[in-house]
Amino acid sequence: MTSPGSPQQVSPQADAGVLSADDMGRAVRRMAHEIVERGNLDQLVLLGIRTRGVPLAERLAAALLDIAGTHVPVGSLDTTLYRDDYASAGPRPLAETVVPVDVDGREVILADDVLYTGRTIRAAMDAVMDLGRPQAIRLAVLVDRGHRELPIRADYVGKNMPTAPEQSVRVRLVEIDGTDEVVVA
Amino acid sequence: MSAFTFVGARVVDPASGTDQVANVTVSGEEIVAVGTQVDGTAIDADGLVLAPGLVDLHVHLRQPGREDAETVQSGTAAAAAGGFTAVCPMANTDPVADNAGVVELVLRLAREAGHCDVFPVGAITRGLKGEELAELGSMAAVGVRCFSDDGMPVVTARVMRRALEYARTWDAIICNHSEESSLTEGAQLNEGEASSLLGLAGWPREAEEVMVARDLILAGGLGARLHVPHVSTAGTVALVREAKARGVRVTAEVAPHHFTLTDDLARGYDPVFKVNPPLRTKTDIEALRAGLADGTIDAIATDHAPHPGEQKEQEWAYAPCGMVGLETSLAVTLTELVDPHAAVHERGDGVLSLLEALACLSTKPARSRDIAGHGGPIEPGTPANLTLFDLTASWTADREQTQSRSRNLPYHGMTLRGRVQHTLLRGRFTYQDGQVA
Amino acid sequence: MMKHLLSMEDLSAEDVTQILDTAAGFVDLGERTVKKVPTLRGRTVCNLFYEDSTRTRISFELAAKRLSADVLNFSAKGSSVSKGESLKDTALTLQAMGVDAIVLRHSESGAPLTLTQWVDAHVLNAGDGSHQHPTQALLDLFTIRQRFDRIEGLRVAIVGDVLHSRVARSLVQGLRTMDAEVTLVAPPTLAPPRPEAWGAAVSTDLDAVLDKTDVLYLLRVQRERMAQQFFPSPREYARLWGADRDRLARLPQGAIVMHPGPMNRGMEITAEVADAPNAVIGEQVRNGIAVRMSCLYLLLGGDG
Repeated sequence: MTSPGSPQQVSPQADAGVLSADDMGRAVRRMAHEIVERGNLDQLVLLGIRTRGVPLAERLAAALLDIAGTHVPVGSLDTTLYRDDYASAGPRPLAETVVPVDVDGREVILADDVLYTGRTIRAAMDAVMDLGRPQAIRLAVLVDRGHRELPIRADYVGKNMPTAPEQSVRVRLVEIDGTDEVVVA
Repeated sequence: MSAFTFVGARVVDPASGTDQVANVTVSGEEIVAVGTQVDGTAIDADGLVLAPGLVDLHVHLRQPGREDAETVQSGTAAAAAGGFTAVCPMANTDPVADNAGVVELVLRLAREAGHCDVFPVGAITRGLKGEELAELGSMAAVGVRCFSDDGMPVVTARVMRRALEYARTWDAIICNHSEESSLTEGAQLNEGEASSLLGLAGWPREAEEVMVARDLILAGGLGARLHVPHVSTAGTVALVREAKARGVRVTAEVAPHHFTLTDDLARGYDPVFKVNPPLRTKTDIEALRAGLADGTIDAIATDHAPHPGEQKEQEWAYAPCGMVGLETSLAVTLTELVDPHAAVHERGDGVLSLLEALACLSTKPARSRDIAGHGGPIEPGTPANLTLFDLTASWTADREQTQSRSRNLPYHGMTLRGRVQHTLLRGRFTYQDGQVA
Repeated sequence: MMKHLLSMEDLSAEDVTQILDTAAGFVDLGERTVKKVPTLRGRTVCNLFYEDSTRTRISFELAAKRLSADVLNFSAKGSSVSKGESLKDTALTLQAMGVDAIVLRHSESGAPLTLTQWVDAHVLNAGDGSHQHPTQALLDLFTIRQRFDRIEGLRVAIVGDVLHSRVARSLVQGLRTMDAEVTLVAPPTLAPPRPEAWGAAVSTDLDAVLDKTDVLYLLRVQRERMAQQFFPSPREYARLWGADRDRLARLPQGAIVMHPGPMNRGMEITAEVADAPNAVIGEQVRNGIAVRMSCLYLLLGGDG
């Protein structure tokens, strides 16, 4: 079992990095246990980062309910307006931000499918700060593929998956893509 | 200056109706021979049409007062470059040409510049205010034979009638800028689909037509001479046609921009297309061309109206009206109205034959204004006021390549057919081999 | 997305939909405590207003500031313009200062298009003469869409001084692009020449169209038009073309009343109508900021 924040030194070719639906389910469950271990459950709020972070946040909330009997509020966060590539890449369509409770004084757990350069998370943190003043912000990701460009790390990781920059990691979720799998191409 | 002969020119003379390849010898101020002779210096004119120098009944030379836009020198140089040997500058200068003094100033400036003859048009009313008659007699004494407040209409019927009546003393012509101003307050563009969509206040055709109708009735009742400037609508053409048919002593002119350009050119809000009267529609263009073809409209006149750059580089509504046209008038007429494959006397697919087009540019304007010595005929003993042009030469109009001080040319960038090579004023080159002499 | 927003005729149905969808994303921002996002941080937007208009200028100013842009306000009064500086020279000055976007409100039609030839900045038309007012039309379309969940097939009656109205020109084009049906209602003196070119029907009889109207859009009628003899008196105008309680009652269930503001209470609209539950004038104003944010957002992206 990998501890958070310490990627295994596995060569990119040895592990094709494919996660099955079962692998994904186990990873989510394990992350939920880690969240429970840390405590402070009644101060938590889960915010999924659009788009695929949202079902992940919902699954974590379901797992937390099952394991600890606690209803953790779940919302969604659109980071489009906080991105750092607006000038270079141009305007993108906006998605909805839905925040079920005030974030003031709460522990916000951001959820996303893949952690890569860290820029999305930086934008998400700025977005959360404009919503209020959380007591803490944590990060849960299904896959950490390395190659950080900013000093950002995940608190809860489903799978560490070292990749080459030219590879792409795709997470597919039943709620959006009709199936659960992670593929590396 | 010693004699010289244009050899092998295509002599097209609307005054005598002839078309022949011939040598034309000029000595002193006159044509001395037309035939097979080669006297004096030979100038190769093979491939060139030799015609009477063009006559423009309606130009604005802006001097005195608006020398930032044009001077008599620059305007007449542009005229020479356009093949003109005579132009009629309008009176809306500053001070207004409503007295002999200003008229004589313009005559002197033109003489000194030496590019072109000018036949100044005097104002009808003092200061162009439309209230009191100007001293037509004192201006007639220095040669003025046509009076106009052009730029401003003579609004009051009584004043117009007085002017027509008084001008009969010299059988002079009254030329009224036909614009019923209560209908054109704030107007920006022909009232129609374009003005509707562009949000520009409409300029109704009726504003021109009601005044033309009024003037035709007034002139007809007095047997006075009327000239209708810058005809722009189908309705005006019909009115003039009907008046001529019943014997009213009226002549009319049309500007090249009115028989070629339409109001939808205003779409880009470029004030180069802003003019008074405004550009109209295809229907009007067709009627204007038909008017030229059946003689209802006698002359093509440019209404050359220069304006300095900063005035035309503004919001449409703030820019003054007017387009330059002396250097492109012949080419636009040839390109748009004359079929290049038709014989000189024939129209072919065009609106006018070459002979008729040249008549509208030269002979008929001269005759309608009693301007002697211009407009042909091209025969021995007549003043050598001539232009030679390449009928088929293709060129692109460029507002920067101009003798005029102003750049407001609507034809900028357009390909035109027909280019002046030489212009002579009483036997002297004013424009030679594509350069002002 | 294009470089400038000058006229509704430049926008396709897809463009309009994109602007409205994006505006929906900005509506919620107005309800947060921190109403700002950093998207246009470091960019400069200049409000160049040759015509007084507090409400439009404030709306654009808020829109730009909520996107974290720096805002310059340049009004004609008391500036170099009132000392005779030409539009061209003002434009060249702004160009030299490196402004990213210019929001231009001008009394003469065509001024924004003319401005684009002198500046590299994005130009947004905040109203030019009688020509266009695209952001007004877009916020109106947004309001209509919010109320009816669609624009297609709706029957819109635009009443008043259509001839001189840039709002009308923009709105008719926007509605036609989105497949709504438009009828213009006005005295003949205030109807535009060639209305068929607009794609709208024309009527002089307001009462005849009311029961077939989903959106009653009232245009402001200026009293100066009376001095210019477009109609004889405010009383007669109000009687024949004004929206009052009786006319309001004849609208079908679910119909709404709109007005671009400012209103001439007693002329084209009575107080009762303005304050009626189905008058959405306040929503129009609120939506204006979100729509203008959407326009700025879509125009200024991708420059770097």
